[in-house]
Amino acid sequence: MKRICGNISFSLTVILIVFLSLLPFVWFLNTSLKTQLNVTAIPPTLLPSFSFHFYQSAIANYGLLHYVKNSLIVAGSSTLITLIIAIFAGYALARLKIKHKGLIMGGLLLVSMFPQISIAGPVWKILASIGWLNTYQGLVLPYVTLTLPLGVWILASFFKELPKELEDAAKIDGCGHFQTLFKVIIPLAAPGVFTAAILIFIYSWNEFFFALLIMTKQKYQTLPVGIALFQGQYTMPWGEIAAASTVATIPLVLLVFLFQKRIVRGLSAGAIKG
Amino acid sequence: MARVSFLFKERLFAVTLIVPCFLFVSVFAFYPILYSFYLSLHRIILSLPGLEQLFIGLENYEQLLNDPFAMQSLINTIIFVFVSTFFEILFGLAIALVINRYFRGRGIVRAAVLIPWAIPTVVASQMWRFIFNDNYGLLNFSLFGADTALYRAWLADPLFAFAAIVIADVWKTSSFSALIILAGLQIIPDEIYEAAKIDGANAWQRFIKITLPLIKPALLVALLFRTMDAFRVFDVVFVMTQGGPADSTNVLQFYGYKKIFAEGLMGYGSTISVLVFLITFIISLVYIRTIGTRLFQESS
Repeated sequence: MKRICGNISFSLTVILIVFLSLLPFVWFLNTSLKTQLNVTAIPPTLLPSFSFHFYQSAIANYGLLHYVKNSLIVAGSSTLITLIIAIFAGYALARLKIKHKGLIMGGLLLVSMFPQISIAGPVWKILASIGWLNTYQGLVLPYVTLTLPLGVWILASFFKELPKELEDAAKIDGCGHFQTLFKVIIPLAAPGVFTAAILIFIYSWNEFFFALLIMTKQKYQTLPVGIALFQGQYTMPWGEIAAASTVATIPLVLLVFLFQKRIVRGLSAGAIKG
Repeated sequence: MARVSFLFKERLFAVTLIVPCFLFVSVFAFYPILYSFYLSLHRIILSLPGLEQLFIGLENYEQLLNDPFAMQSLINTIIFVFVSTFFEILFGLAIALVINRYFRGRGIVRAAVLIPWAIPTVVASQMWRFIFNDNYGLLNFSLFGADTALYRAWLADPLFAFAAIVIADVWKTSSFSALIILAGLQIIPDEIYEAAKIDGANAWQRFIKITLPLIKPALLVALLFRTMDAFRVFDVVFVMTQGGPADSTNVLQFYGYKKIFAEGLMGYGSTISVLVFLITFIISLVYIRTIGTRLFQESS
């Protein structure tokens, strides 16, 4: 009897947690599928009208697809560049003889905790002086810097788990340093590289603060900036905001459902070991 | 001799691999910190580029101490950090305990819990802003139903607006704490619990005497990551309240942003940058001292 009660209360807790986690997203998804009349109904209507009006309007009147394009370009290239640099640094820190490893890892950790505001003014000045405000590369540079700590920590923790004999065997077979890294280590650490890629992509896709400072022209703005600055002529365009938010969120929801295990592992890698 | 040159080659290779990472971090993270400090000693007004950068010593800092809005935003930030971190760790612990158990559909539940973490903060903020909306909001509807006369403008009330940004932040980031704590739970061997059960310890005793002490390192990591992140709260405030009403949700990063980029006071705004940096730097040093030593020994 006691056991059944325990099971029921456990199930209820699970349902409550899932319900609260999904509620705001489901409500916005629902809002995005309403008609204009239903969005501004007081009191609100609970059921969606399965209208795609707001998606059309967000694309036609607010340039939704062009924000999506900018976000893909910025997040995609940031992920690629960070990965390459983080693979090199992570490998060196995990497997090679190098001085001051603790200091370097600690320094990186420190960078990941920097409040954006403490570097915002100078970063803006540097970019302004080379004319890179309102350019893709101008936003990619700070994104690479801010995602490097995460990438290096995750990749180093994956590289560390590969058996030491691998490099020795490759050396005996006459592989040089670079060959060993590219032909032996990276293929074996592919799951780790993939995990790092997902987390770096999500960070760059979601980042708002630097995007807001650096991309002041609508032409180059990313999705979060667009969504934050959507303005109607007289009222808040809630339907369009909800539609754009859904578009910004769906790729992430897919990533989470497909790669939940990797993400859980990646986020706790480095943080908990030992 | 051959051995020495081999070691030297490996060192050289390692250094080559680290250089790109080092360059990025130096140019776009460490140098800007120092540059912020330099800027904070000058009077720089972006809208008046003809004006020279005038060195004024610590004048900006004096002004900062006498700026009631800055002090208010410092207090707001500290309260925000304490309250939101407290609830994030509490809910994170509860979620972690639940998703650590075996049950059918656990993978899906874990994925569902991760959704708030994955959603862009700007999107999450718009969602909550809509939920708190005075006319169309879900909160008013669930509390008062069709009785529209009772509907409240939550975000127009200083106290509720502050609560609203805390709620949005706690919703968004509790799952991150949960994952860190989960990693801590997973390394506790089942045998310890079995042994405690045989000794007659009940569920509560097992939680207090076994689980809590063993996940203490994970709790500390989650606590400090969340603390540091809460200090730079910006997106939620920008989208939901713009610092209002009556500056009740004005936080340091938002105030600094307004000074530097909306008002163009690069010099004075930089003192806020330096202040935020120093606070978080001290906290992170404490963090690295408490938990870090073990980590870095392992990685050396």
